[in-house]
Amino acid sequence: MRDKAILEMKNICKSFPGVLALQGVDFTLCESEIHALMGENGAGKSTLIKVLTGVYGKDEGQIYLRGIDKAVAIRSPQDAQNLGISTVYQEITLCPNLSVAENMYIGRSKNIYQNWKKMNEDAGRILESLDIQAQPTQQLASCSIAVQQMVAIARAVDMDCKVLILDEPTSSLDEQEVEKLFKLMRNLKERGVGIIFVTHFLDQVYEVCDKITVLRDGKLVGEYEIKDLPRVQLVSKMLGKDLDNLSDVQGEQRVYNKDDKSVPVFETEQLYSNAGIKPFNFNIHKGEVNGFTGLLGSGRSECVRAIFGADRVLGGTVKKNGSHVKITKPIDAMKSGIGYLPEDRKRDGIVGDLSVRDNIILALQVMKGFFKPFTKAEANQFADEYIKLLGIKTASADTPIKSLSGGNQQKVILARWLLTHPEYLILDEPTRGIDVGTKVDIQKLVLKLASEGMSITFISSETDEMLRTCSRLIVMRDRKVVGELSGEELTQNMIMSTIAGGEKA
Amino acid sequence: MQAQKTGKTKVSDYFGKLFGRQIFIPIAALLLLAIFNLIADPSFYKITYGFNSAGDPVLSGYLMTILDYGSELAILAIGMTLVTAASGGQDISVGAAIAISGSVVLRVLCGTNSRPETLQAPIIVAFLVSCVVAMLFGAFNGTLVAYFKIQPMVATLILFTAGRSIAAWINNNELPIISEPSFSYFGGFIPGIPIPTPFFIALACVLVMTLVLRFTNLGLYTQAVGINENSSRLNGLNPAFIKFLTFVILGLCVAVAALIKVSRLSSINYSVIAKDIEMDAILAVALGGNPLNGGKFNMTASILGAYVIQFLTTTLYKMNVSSDALSAYKAVVVIFLVVISAPVVRNGISDFWKKLKLKVRVKEAA
Amino acid sequence: MSKKTRNITDTNLLLTITIVVFFVMYIGAILIQGKGFLKPQTFFNILNANAALIILSCGMSLVMITGGIDISVGGVTALVSMCCAVYLDYHNGNPFTAMLIALAIGVAFGLVQGFLIAYLDIQPFIVTLAGMFFARGMTTIVNTNPFNVENQAFVALKETRIIIPGLGSINKLGKYVNAYVEIGVLVAVLVVIILFCVLRWTKLGRGFYAVGGNNQSALMLGINVKRTKFLSYLLCGILAGIGGFVYFMHVGSGSASHASGAEMNAIASSIIGGTMLTGGVGNIIGTFFGVLSLSTIQNIVSSAGLDQAWWTGITIAAMLCLFLVVQSVVMARKKRAN
Repeated sequence: MRDKAILEMKNICKSFPGVLALQGVDFTLCESEIHALMGENGAGKSTLIKVLTGVYGKDEGQIYLRGIDKAVAIRSPQDAQNLGISTVYQEITLCPNLSVAENMYIGRSKNIYQNWKKMNEDAGRILESLDIQAQPTQQLASCSIAVQQMVAIARAVDMDCKVLILDEPTSSLDEQEVEKLFKLMRNLKERGVGIIFVTHFLDQVYEVCDKITVLRDGKLVGEYEIKDLPRVQLVSKMLGKDLDNLSDVQGEQRVYNKDDKSVPVFETEQLYSNAGIKPFNFNIHKGEVNGFTGLLGSGRSECVRAIFGADRVLGGTVKKNGSHVKITKPIDAMKSGIGYLPEDRKRDGIVGDLSVRDNIILALQVMKGFFKPFTKAEANQFADEYIKLLGIKTASADTPIKSLSGGNQQKVILARWLLTHPEYLILDEPTRGIDVGTKVDIQKLVLKLASEGMSITFISSETDEMLRTCSRLIVMRDRKVVGELSGEELTQNMIMSTIAGGEKA
Repeated sequence: MQAQKTGKTKVSDYFGKLFGRQIFIPIAALLLLAIFNLIADPSFYKITYGFNSAGDPVLSGYLMTILDYGSELAILAIGMTLVTAASGGQDISVGAAIAISGSVVLRVLCGTNSRPETLQAPIIVAFLVSCVVAMLFGAFNGTLVAYFKIQPMVATLILFTAGRSIAAWINNNELPIISEPSFSYFGGFIPGIPIPTPFFIALACVLVMTLVLRFTNLGLYTQAVGINENSSRLNGLNPAFIKFLTFVILGLCVAVAALIKVSRLSSINYSVIAKDIEMDAILAVALGGNPLNGGKFNMTASILGAYVIQFLTTTLYKMNVSSDALSAYKAVVVIFLVVISAPVVRNGISDFWKKLKLKVRVKEAA
Repeated sequence: MSKKTRNITDTNLLLTITIVVFFVMYIGAILIQGKGFLKPQTFFNILNANAALIILSCGMSLVMITGGIDISVGGVTALVSMCCAVYLDYHNGNPFTAMLIALAIGVAFGLVQGFLIAYLDIQPFIVTLAGMFFARGMTTIVNTNPFNVENQAFVALKETRIIIPGLGSINKLGKYVNAYVEIGVLVAVLVVIILFCVLRWTKLGRGFYAVGGNNQSALMLGINVKRTKFLSYLLCGILAGIGGFVYFMHVGSGSASHASGAEMNAIASSIIGGTMLTGGVGNIIGTFFGVLSLSTIQNIVSSAGLDQAWWTGITIAAMLCLFLVVQSVVMARKKRAN
């Protein structure tokens, strides 16, 4: 083993039916190091993490830990935990029905007896020291998602772990919480902990990491010092190709030449829903791409959900081409020509066990009606057309959608809505959690659709993505629309200052 | 159909493929039972042509019994499959609901007199009334499940507990007897046709369901709702209504099964009629390889599963197992079937299969 | 929302509702039915008659907390009664060995069902359904006809009454009679106390809750999910064995139709007691009160002269319906408030 290494994985191989998920991957983690694990979706990051934490068994390869002479066998998460490997996952892996303190301590003690008093006291101390806003005795389900995530980290921190794995922990945290988390990570680093950090946010990698290991298609691309690998190179390493594609989109500033007299395709007045947003006004013109921006939890998703009728609308009106339409549930919105790609793909988007074909035709089929099913030939034709059009990588149209990679799943959902030929398409975080290649594809597609006359609302956590695609941004703060930016105002700085409550009125 | 396609490929591949198919489970079970009977006593398959007490020609034999008594089960399996797919749970009140709608049929036919000389209402009216009642009870279950979001098994526990009491209450706990011979046609034989009527009724139900699945989106909608309720809603479906609908459809199936059941006896026994039939219906769905926690379903496999369950019951009867002890044997068989169809076990077997193939290949190479 | 209400866990919220409902109902019974319900013995008779159900319900709550269900408990009870009866009368055995037989049957069911559900990942409903079929069928195979046990040692045990000091009432003849409970009640109370402690203060107990809350998470938190599930069914099986023997001690006979519908009563009691079938929420004390509520209702119905069989069924169903709706409304509210 290398000098300061605390973890070394050698020649790890893992295959699933039909897929070689990992092929001879090496990975080394040193003490006092924050090590980013990067790769597109399907590159094998998650699989590597799951092998390391004992969720999957490996087919080949060895794992060495400092202080243990021979290769260790990790057969279950419990084994990993006992060896000092702790993991915090993107999805909350705590039990919502237990208290905060229990969630921090369960599965750890060797005692048969559970001492509630001591546990609550200990938990309280740790929560306080990490500045987490939660009571030890509070039921976990009553905490916000961000706090639940922090509790998971607190648990890992308290376990004196030598190796801490953070698997996309920041995707449900807002900026302040991310800052807190980074502070915590640096703190742990000083204590000698090795941290494996998996994320899709490049900014965060460069802010906090020391080293980067890049995987692609289940193979190791290389390990780099952070200072030796500029962003552009990192992206090209992850993609395995040059960046012409990316810069294509990046080049121009989007300007939408609005005809002032035209009536908006869709317009809302004082619309609000039971999701807690303040009444908002919004409009979109034919062929326009605009977006909602704001911090996580600022209400951007809730706004578009209200337009689509996904949440219960409590008041306000929606006009289409100047005349009223009544939208109380999604089907109403679909019938008036709105498509909505939801934020949470797994929860709200895909119908996992159904085939790619059924997933593609679902929305159009529902619009067509209960008594008018498509024939098999029609359905196949639709599916094949869009699989080709969007370049969806799937074995066949019969494959269940859940066995596709994240990016391809997203394309299927996109196909579903394109098939309905909406006049207005809402894309809520279409690029979240998918690989860079698909991201670029989707951005290009948005611009193409808009040029063909479709109106599109594009929401993304990555501001540069929004700047590339949108010609107008609606800025939100605390569930309220606080500004609108267009033309020259569309800069990173301007957006930040508007979000922060700056000068712009 | 599958056999033709795979004719050219290797035998082992063929087996591997078939093993992965859903319909494999009921077919395998059926074959197993069939072979068992063939070995144990080939006379099982004997069908005799004779005349019943009314002088009508009938076919009799164990196979006929299976066709006859498996029919109610098949009808129930249709509804149960839909409920399972959409709600991810089962309706355990079908037996009790059969008691209720059977009781309603008799009540309408008899009027106030429990032993009428002539029918007080046409049979079709009685049947339609019982359909309405059964669908109402289905709607009750459906409301609890779909709108109050109570787990199906628990929600239907209510009707399960109360159903037979309600059935007795409908007829003031009397035991009406219908003497009109035409009423017994539904559960027996129509004069001149030697095949039991329930089979035709089941066939009609299956046909109707096939048409419904073919010409509506019931299948797609129930599966979508069963797999992912959230995204179904965002695709314009109304998941609550679809769940509700499946329970109402099951209600209709219950009414048909109830007509057959009461017609067999021309009377009713509230505590015994259709006893444990909910368990058989659920087993039929499970034996059809349909996931009991909802999602994708295969109607053909369920219906086949129903007849396999009846095949099993009849086989056991033939072996002189008393009707009370029947359940013990059934349980053993069921456990065996469920164990071999469990994904864990099947993966284990297919791994073993692969290794075996690998060994053969290595030998060939050497 | 104030801080205080936020700290109430789902389990405690439902428990509170259950206990309040029981007391309201019992007081209602006293008001409506008059003095009968004021006599301590009325209450103790409810306990005597339902000791077995309490034990069965405890087992049921346990598996329901881990997110499963066991509908074989009624069948196991019948099988235990029959086996013990046959052993005591036809083989002239002693009650102690009979107890061991009861336990062995329970353990066997728990082991097999637990293994199939936890390690082979088969649906609990199907496995325990088969278990129920098997147990009922086996009961008739062991002996078809019901009969009363006349084994003397056993009859002595069955008739043992434990006097509750200080409580009693004047009977019709004007004589003071002490209130009493049967041995089964002691066993039931012991089971309730032990299980309550296990669920509240042991690693295993908290594991049950964790697995029921979210078994994927529980796995990630380092809990051996399979073993935990297995143990819950094993414990439920053992409790079904004990419950079966207590039932047998109460009725003193063997019959294939014994404890018919007991599984449904146990499920109903657990739900009334605040256990959610989705898992992760529930409390043994709640279950205890659930059984009492259920049987109080039955008592009210029968002493109101509505003793036609159907009324019991309908009232239990109505109560179950009420509780389910209340639970679903309360939980939906709570979710919305957060």
